[in-house]
Amino acid sequence: MFKRLPDAPAETVILDFDGRRIEARVGDTVAAAVLAAEPGHTRTTPVSGSARLPYCMMGVCFDCLMEIDGVPNRQACLVTVEDGMIVRRQIGIREAAE
Amino acid sequence: MSDDTDLIVIGAGPAGMAAAATASTLGLTVTVLDEQARCGGQIYRNISENADKNLHLLEILGEDYGRGHVLAKEFAASSVDYRPGTTVWQVGADGAVSISCDGKASSIRGRHVLIATGALERPVPIPGWTLPGVMSAGAAQTVLKGSAMIPEGRVVIAGSGPLLLLVAQQLAAAGAELTALLETTKPGAYLGAFGAAIGALKAPEYLRKGLDMRSRVRATGMPWHTGIRGLAAEGDGRLERVTFLDAGKRRSIDADVLLLHEGVVPHVQITRQLGCDHEWVEDQRFWRPVLDAWGGTSVDGISVAGDGGGIGGAGAAAVAGRLAALGIAHRIGIMSSGERDTRAQSWQAERSRHLAVRPLLDRLFRPNPEILAPRDDATVICRCEEVTAGQLREGVKLGATGPNQLKAYMRCGMGPCQGRLCGLTVAEVIAGARGKPVAEIGYYNIRPPIKPVTLGELAALDG
Repeated sequence: MFKRLPDAPAETVILDFDGRRIEARVGDTVAAAVLAAEPGHTRTTPVSGSARLPYCMMGVCFDCLMEIDGVPNRQACLVTVEDGMIVRRQIGIREAAE
Repeated sequence: MSDDTDLIVIGAGPAGMAAAATASTLGLTVTVLDEQARCGGQIYRNISENADKNLHLLEILGEDYGRGHVLAKEFAASSVDYRPGTTVWQVGADGAVSISCDGKASSIRGRHVLIATGALERPVPIPGWTLPGVMSAGAAQTVLKGSAMIPEGRVVIAGSGPLLLLVAQQLAAAGAELTALLETTKPGAYLGAFGAAIGALKAPEYLRKGLDMRSRVRATGMPWHTGIRGLAAEGDGRLERVTFLDAGKRRSIDADVLLLHEGVVPHVQITRQLGCDHEWVEDQRFWRPVLDAWGGTSVDGISVAGDGGGIGGAGAAAVAGRLAALGIAHRIGIMSSGERDTRAQSWQAERSRHLAVRPLLDRLFRPNPEILAPRDDATVICRCEEVTAGQLREGVKLGATGPNQLKAYMRCGMGPCQGRLCGLTVAEVIAGARGKPVAEIGYYNIRPPIKPVTLGELAALDG
């Protein structure tokens, strides 16, 4: 859904997005990195199971909720990428993490 | 529990940065808590990185954005305890602030707390706004500032307000394929707002900027429709096209991305959670905390600076931060009222200059009634719990008189965003259905935690 400008920072890190290896740039949020990798959707809703992508990118809408390094319900637009991060789409309802 | 610091500032946008730097110069110990990884807030997001390393992007984003660098440098040079990546999930009236950072919860207490959490974009509930491919215009700008990325494919940008035009122009300058700009503002609004423009002459640079922005958008050659109505996003599982009424005729444009914007409103989650008094602003259709001249709320020891107290823009927010710092210095007893008032004079003058343009903008970009309370029953209002406008009206028929009852009936506002994206619309829909003013309808009761915190984090608190 998004593409990088030639101006984008050059230094890359690698994430695992639902088993797919995707390239991110240092300083990206997880949500931005995923939006650059044609994700289709990043979660499905607990109520109707409809597909969603991030909406606000500033921490208020909670449509970017994903599972990051085993922790569900993370606001991916507030998490900065780190090399080797494992990111999963959040499907339906998730129990609160311990 | 003793105080850890004189002042806790929540948010590192223009108001928070200016307040923290000023308060620290006045001799207060200051801790700044910010949810984002880098300072700047939304308006100056990533300013330090971009100013140092990405001059082309800085040029695309324009000189107003570049101005944030001066403030960010002042903030970086000040001796404040700055904690980025820190989420606030509860604020107590005693100055105790519960936070979460790197998966660990803790608490910090200040003699005074300044809330500088700014604004959020007004929700734009149209049919199909939950489809993948639809996001807010501010979100696209956030990705441009933060990651130097632009939306891919055919982009339609729709709604109203200064930010709409700014984002359209920035994305075009960055090379995005803008298929259409759909403005809900009617062409006649510009004539109607003429009277308000006279007051704005106090700060002619804002008028000049507005005209300049319109001509820059026009120069891109993107198709530009004004006074459109009945906006809808359509597609099977993702956005495929945008439809709208142009002079009463239904039109359709194929699109990969739709960016929505209908102005910004104060982000009142923390002041609501604290139980501060709020007032309804009738012409701007939002709630704001009731503040004194120094940003003080109805709760002693809690202040607000910047757009979280009413929309004034980045320039006004920074000055409000400095004025709040003076007020707090006086309140905690390190500055006389005489000195406070003397020091405040030039900043107060600067603030009224920044605010001189607001009546014009408020008049020109009045929120579209279709967006405030959608008439189409199938339109989703609460994105989290997927509650439609029709269900809300059904709840009113069943006897719900306000947002909190409706929440109990229909689950609206009960999802993770806690009403941030539906609270205003729910109140407008109830007001419309009951034929009452929104000021009488009220808002959701907001209870902590105002951000998700795990059970593990809670259990580890205070051993």
